[in-house]
Amino acid sequence: MTARATGYLLLEDGALLPGRSVAAEGTAFGEVVFTTGMTGYQETVTDPSYAGQLVCFTAPMIGNYGVADTRLESESPHARSVLMRRLGGEDWALWLAERGIVALDEIDTRALTLRLRSGGAMRGVVVSDEKALAAADALDRVLAQPTMEGAALVADVSTPAPYVYSDAGETRVAVVDYGLKRSILRRLAAAGAAVTVYPHVCDPDDLASHDGVVLSNGPGDPAPLVEETRVVRETLGRVPMLGICLGHQLMGLATGHETTKLPFGHRGANHPVLDRRTGRVLVTSQNHGFAVVPSERAEATHVSLYDGTIEGFDFPDLRARSVQFHPEAGPGPHDAWPILEHWVDELRSS
Amino acid sequence: MPARRDLRSICVIGSGPIVIGQACEFDYAGCQALKVLREDGYRTIVVNSNPATIMTDPGFADRTYIEPLDLEGVADVLRRERPDALLPTLGGQTALNLAIELDAAGVLGELGVELLGARVDVIRRAEDRQLFREAVQSCGLAVPESRIVESLADLDGVPVPAVVRPAFTLGGHGGGFADDLASLERQVERGLSESPIGQVLVEESIRGWDEFELEVIRDRADNVVVVCSIENLDPMGVHTGDSVTVAPQMTLSDESYQELRDAAAAVIRAVGVETGGSNIQFARHRDTGELRVIEMNPRVSRSSALASKATGYPIAKVAAKLAVGYTLDEIPNDLTKTTPASFEPTLDYVVVKFPRFAFEKFPGADTTLGTQMKSVGEAMGIGRTFSEAFLKAFGSRELDPGSPTPWATIDDLPEGLHPWFVGELEAAKRELRTGDIRRAKRAGWGDDSIGAAWGTSGDDVRRTRYARGIKPAYRRVDSCGGEVEAGSNYLYSTWGEEDEGPPVSTKPRVVILGSGPNRIGQGIEFDYCCVHAVQTFRSLGYEAVMVNCNPETVSTDYDISDRLYFEPLSPEEVLAVLDRERPVGVVTQFGGQTPLRLARHIEAAGYRILGTPHAAIDLAEDREQFGALARELGVRCPRGPPWRAPARRSPRRARSATPCSCGPRTSSAGARCGSATARTTSRARWRLSAARF
Repeated sequence: MTARATGYLLLEDGALLPGRSVAAEGTAFGEVVFTTGMTGYQETVTDPSYAGQLVCFTAPMIGNYGVADTRLESESPHARSVLMRRLGGEDWALWLAERGIVALDEIDTRALTLRLRSGGAMRGVVVSDEKALAAADALDRVLAQPTMEGAALVADVSTPAPYVYSDAGETRVAVVDYGLKRSILRRLAAAGAAVTVYPHVCDPDDLASHDGVVLSNGPGDPAPLVEETRVVRETLGRVPMLGICLGHQLMGLATGHETTKLPFGHRGANHPVLDRRTGRVLVTSQNHGFAVVPSERAEATHVSLYDGTIEGFDFPDLRARSVQFHPEAGPGPHDAWPILEHWVDELRSS
Repeated sequence: MPARRDLRSICVIGSGPIVIGQACEFDYAGCQALKVLREDGYRTIVVNSNPATIMTDPGFADRTYIEPLDLEGVADVLRRERPDALLPTLGGQTALNLAIELDAAGVLGELGVELLGARVDVIRRAEDRQLFREAVQSCGLAVPESRIVESLADLDGVPVPAVVRPAFTLGGHGGGFADDLASLERQVERGLSESPIGQVLVEESIRGWDEFELEVIRDRADNVVVVCSIENLDPMGVHTGDSVTVAPQMTLSDESYQELRDAAAAVIRAVGVETGGSNIQFARHRDTGELRVIEMNPRVSRSSALASKATGYPIAKVAAKLAVGYTLDEIPNDLTKTTPASFEPTLDYVVVKFPRFAFEKFPGADTTLGTQMKSVGEAMGIGRTFSEAFLKAFGSRELDPGSPTPWATIDDLPEGLHPWFVGELEAAKRELRTGDIRRAKRAGWGDDSIGAAWGTSGDDVRRTRYARGIKPAYRRVDSCGGEVEAGSNYLYSTWGEEDEGPPVSTKPRVVILGSGPNRIGQGIEFDYCCVHAVQTFRSLGYEAVMVNCNPETVSTDYDISDRLYFEPLSPEEVLAVLDRERPVGVVTQFGGQTPLRLARHIEAAGYRILGTPHAAIDLAEDREQFGALARELGVRCPRGPPWRAPARRSPRRARSATPCSCGPRTSSAGARCGSATARTTSRARWRLSAARF
């Protein structure tokens, strides 16, 4: 193993955290966020919802069990950089390096997490070699970066054209791709659905021709997604609909709710969500920096037991429902798998 | 669902005397339960036969009975107190067995006492092998296959490799391991001829599979959370109490871990534990990923004490609340206060547990590890990386030099150790070889290990470190990876990171040193003393600061002291805590021998030892000094100033009267003492004892 350069992470508040470069050389700008999931680093980094972000893992040993293509949530990494306390395996470092991802270990990830928790999500830069870019020069460039608030990112990660993912199954489901995770497609197919994927802005008539429509997860702020929200609004009520993560937020916007940026987001695999109707608690996989603001309106069926934000809707009249968390898991607990399975079953029987 | 108000009084059964496999972790569990039940307004009754427990302290429960833990003893208490319910899931196997007995004898029915936590049929389903197998299979999972074989024809379809165990042969004679069909047939033929009844048990072999444990909690709304995953470093077949374990698990991918999580939830539901915690053990084939469910404890266990300390999630406390009807979303998380107990802890550190054996007390004992537990205590290390946690726990065992133990040196790797762990330990050794003190510390090496590797002493390393300002930082255990603000007072040290909140209170502080891992002669009674010392100092207006590394104890419960440092009890870590806390005094006298060994360092560093000074303790403990004092005072005491081991000379037998007793000069419970009645044994014991000097 060759000697590894000393790099750093610089936050927009000027905090500088040294680390050791373990993957590609270069610099990566983005929003610094942390995830508390203890497993699933490869799924996390390839989840398109992490587009434009520098991801810190609070779990201290990352990379222990190598890499596998079956764990890809999309074709390539979307997180721009990976920050770790300790690299747990060379295969992981190599995999990141081959894909041009700058990654540091030996980072004081807990100090970073506590800083983000109290100061909120921040812009930052990861530099693989401190000699290549002085921190003083880097700070100006960090401050010149756009913030995540107001960032419309789905066009960068959505499919440009419709495609058929799976044609086996009688129930025909359309998935609107705002930056979808493959686990959603896999779970739908496993539940017996034939799945066609549509771009982020598409014709409501095309969507309504299916038995059901899934609004996928995706990166960035939902507020500027005016066209996407219009498509949702015009499709709602015509066909059963299920929103996931960003899809949930768009359904909220389409039905008169508001969204807001969370101080530092929910990212991890241990978040408790209360189903108000049953009193049951789901331990969920989450990854979102924006949320639908709390409301007592009847359609708000699920709430976060951490901060009371809305975690799910049910609009029986519109045959539409949604969840802020990730029922498809990948990574994280499978507790909410039945949400997808039951939905497909209902489509089939109706 | 709020707490049940149809119950007014609840009886908790303790676990009785300390035996191997059942120690002070149940005192910890019982104390937690009594505390929360009383807070909720229930009248509590405790029965235990062990007076060295905190749970039997007057005032801990509304009524305390020190009675034999047998059918008659407990039935008497129940008749007298007429509680509405009995909570048997916090007192180990002893309490669970008693619950079954009380039910079978009709006592519970006669008195109308409800069993909380686990019903009798649930306990049976978890404990009876056949019922458990059926429950496991009902959720599509497997237990290791086994079959009774009386002829070779019965072997049809038996999987290999397999273990052959002939029936009724002494010490399993005639049995063995078969890794293919031909050798299986040979083994079975031999076994059949050896067995007096012509019968062998052929068991699917899971030798060398990896072993994992999950600590699971379920409430009566059917919510299930996994508190902690634990991975064993020793291979399948070594009792988990004797295994070195790590939490969280280190080697499983998300999909493999979730498979275990799903399986654990399915098993707790199938067995039917309605409220409370369970420990479920799995064997997993490293390459194929095949799973076998090994066993389940439908109660709080040794592993749950470890999991509680490892995660900061108080399993026994939560289990007691669930037993009286709360659901997980209604119970606040103790460390964060703002979030509920229905989340799953996430760790931003690593925890390693090492077992403490006492083979030196049993010369000639078989030191091979197997399915029967042999360790007498345990030590836990917390670090930011695996190697840091490992090395802390490794050094916390307080081994006597030369005592036989598994993993005596860092190179004694257990057979079949997962290569990931081997790699991490190799990496740590590389860091030590760099000669860079910062790198060695960050990998987790103690000053003494660094000194030994670099041909100097731990004290020298420490002086160099101090001169260069290289000191540890302290991190909080908050069970949420820093995501939620937590005012936790539960700390551990690490290197090269930011320090989290040094102490701010202006109250005078006292540091109390615990007794480390349990061993023979140094057990739960010292923890009892420490906890009382903490409570007394607090009531006198001091801040009481606890240092200990034993995860089974009440003293390492984070709400006992004002601050808990979960650290090895060696000079380095203790001095670092003292430097941070600047106490008005240090209490060494309640932790047995462990803190006494530190007294010299503490005094040398300029701290005041409260209570009996070090010199006085030394005077009482050192037989030579004590003998001289006795002579000076004209007090008669057994003759014979201790003889130091003469180098290559026989003991001065001429002046020795037999029978006589031999023991090292200072030790806990006269380690390696023996009373000699004949000269030959006297000499033999002498050598044994002298070997320690």
